Amino acid sequence: MKSVLNRPIVIHLPSSPSYLPVMRATLGKLCELVGFDRETAGAVVLSMDEALTNIIKHAYGGAEDGVIDIELAPVGEPEPEAVKISLRDYGPAVDPKKIKSRDLDDVRPGGLGVHIIKKCMDTVEYAPADGGGTLLTMVKKLNSQKGKDKV
Amino acid sequence: MNQDSHSSPVQSERWVGRATVVEVAGDIDLHRSSQFQQSLLDVVDRNPERIVVDLGGVGYMDSSGVASLVKLLSRTRKTGVGLRLVGLTRRVQSVFEITRLNTVFEICQTEEEALA
Repeated sequence: MKSVLNRPIVIHLPSSPSYLPVMRATLGKLCELVGFDRETAGAVVLSMDEALTNIIKHAYGGAEDGVIDIELAPVGEPEPEAVKISLRDYGPAVDPKKIKSRDLDDVRPGGLGVHIIKKCMDTVEYAPADGGGTLLTMVKKLNSQKGKDKV
Repeated sequence: MNQDSHSSPVQSERWVGRATVVEVAGDIDLHRSSQFQQSLLDVVDRNPERIVVDLGGVGYMDSSGVASLVKLLSRTRKTGVGLRLVGLTRRVQSVFEITRLNTVFEICQTEEEALA
């Protein structure tokens, strides 16, 4: 029987930075199995890491007792053509229009995560989640050239 | 890369003349960046003429790690200390390129170049 990647991985992640390496390893392996080259997989992993970091810092204010619902889904039939990453937090609602990249000419620590995510991923959507919090959905296509050779 | 997530990313410091070479290893993310930043700022307090940060042992760095280096850059500029980075892996180099910080930092290919 042929083994196929056609079902999502669902994880309820504690909002602790200690778990970030676990998620990077998981997504990195999934990207490899889906067929991403090493550079593109690195860009996808970095994007998820940046998004989780923002949730931990801003949605939960650094509190480690929150939960982040994560879904990592291969997309496409019969073979995966993309990977979709969904991250849902239960923090205070944020107006998606206010989540923006900042001016890179302003050299200062912080605020680079959203820029990196938008630079590396094909689709990035923030939306209010049902019942509160924010749902971030990111998609990376297998044949994407965006962010190629970056990471 | 295997690492103890609780250990400091700064593995060693050594003086070369009036410069300090700081060797960094492991993954640097939100979990380790504050310790990384503090270790770097402590080096400035020892008053070297130049700091060379060797990132050759860093397999992964996110924007929180980059932010620690930007903080170090700001401190060194204020105090008149030179700062150069060396040994960036392709993956770390790419993060600097995406954020265009490769045009802000002095990035060298070798330690000799960084110390020259």
